[in-house]
Amino acid sequence: MMCLGIPGQIIEITDAERQLALVEVSGVKREVNVACVVEPDQPVESCIGYWVLVHVGFAMSRIDEEEAAKTLAILQELGEVQEELDAMQASQEALTEGQKP
Amino acid sequence: MKYVDEFRNGDQARAIAQRIQKLVAALGVPKDRPLQFMEVCGGHTHSIFRYGLSQFLPEEIEFIHGPGCPVCVLPMGVVDDCIAIAEQPNVIFTTFGDAMRVPGSKKSLLQAKAEGRDVRMVYSPLDALQLAKQHPEKEVVFFGLGFETTMPSTAMTVQQAAKEGVKNFSLFCNHITIIPTIKAMLDSPDMRLDGFLGPGHVSMIIGAAPYEFIARDYQRPLVIAGFEPLDILQSVYMLVKQLLEGRCEIENQYERIVPREGNRVALGAIAEVFELREFFEWRGMGSIDHSGVRIREKYAQFDTERKFELPRQKIADPDAAQCGEVVTGVIKPEQCKLFGKACTPQTPIGALMVSTEGACAAHYHYGQVEIPLSEVGA
Ligand code: SF4
Repeated sequence: MMCLGIPGQIIEITDAERQLALVEVSGVKREVNVACVVEPDQPVESCIGYWVLVHVGFAMSRIDEEEAAKTLAILQELGEVQEELDAMQASQEALTEGQKP
Repeated sequence: MKYVDEFRNGDQARAIAQRIQKLVAALGVPKDRPLQFMEVCGGHTHSIFRYGLSQFLPEEIEFIHGPGCPVCVLPMGVVDDCIAIAEQPNVIFTTFGDAMRVPGSKKSLLQAKAEGRDVRMVYSPLDALQLAKQHPEKEVVFFGLGFETTMPSTAMTVQQAAKEGVKNFSLFCNHITIIPTIKAMLDSPDMRLDGFLGPGHVSMIIGAAPYEFIARDYQRPLVIAGFEPLDILQSVYMLVKQLLEGRCEIENQYERIVPREGNRVALGAIAEVFELREFFEWRGMGSIDHSGVRIREKYAQFDTERKFELPRQKIADPDAAQCGEVVTGVIKPEQCKLFGKACTPQTPIGALMVSTEGACAAHYHYGQVEIPLSEVGA
């Protein structure tokens, strides 16, 4: 469900030039674009540790940690967490589809 | 499936419900003409059904489930265009999973995939771009859809593709934009809505200011709402309170996520990559002026519409389907002649039956209507 998004925490910058970072979402790590949550005039690294709402691979908004936990609990109830994680997993497979290991 | 039985804070929900009840009584709403509030966003529709929120509300308040589920409003012709692209040699067609099962006039993307076309579900447009880099010999097309919530992601992916000089990536842009859509509903002669629950995550991008005309020109209140059950009930309370006090304002219940001015970076990317189309065709709602965006000339080389010859056929929905009336709140899903009979989540005829954000699928799964056992899970 693309309009709900899912909370995660930025743990590491992977590509400062392209503003990509590793975000941990419910125990799963995924590279996302963080351009929308980096404060103006700040280096990309300044967002490490932020809790963010991730929509289709982009961190779109900062949220506080408590809010993140609450939102995750609700999404869990709605069955959305597993759906998001499955979508990420499926995407990973789509990237390697047809390739010889 | 049934409701999430007793959500945490059930007591708080009942407390808000009581306060709403009091306001409704003070407002003196006639039972045969309940207040109608439209939730524009499919995420809200999902929460309302999943938590059975209508049971917390007095009879005098009704939710009208709006057109905010992007896959639900895709015309069949667009699905056919997707399939035509996917059937070209040398193409990898990528899409969000939600769009896979939407029926076209002949088949869905899922069926095209089963027939051997290279159709892949991706989580993010960034993954589609990655795929293009891994397969320079293929044309990779990403099917971009959704309101302003997902628009920045495709805009920024196109910008990234341009920066890296990726030649074999394009975006089939079918994004829709919220403000002209709400305006079209307000202008509809059937319109009798009393207020709106504003979409939370679209608003996180565009902010609160673009909605001002709803209060100013149409004298309807709008409350930007979060997705949790308490958010939604709280927002309903705020709407009724405005009506009782004779106010029409744009209020923001979801301040913790939605800044008044929106997201500067995201809006910048949207403005750079996209421009408004003169009109955009919606399933069941006809053509709405300026309700879609396309890729600007500057990024023409990433525009699927310019790279591929598309059939661009207008395909009417089956005569008996009443998706348009459902999406504008004229009838309830179970009043559609096909509901639960020819049209079920397993055999969707309209897209409203495909996604759990669609009003028909939500009614089917969680609605109070009696569904013959033989059809459940058949
Ligand atoms: S039941 Fe099916 S055909 Fe009828 S309005 Fe809903 S989606 Fe459309």
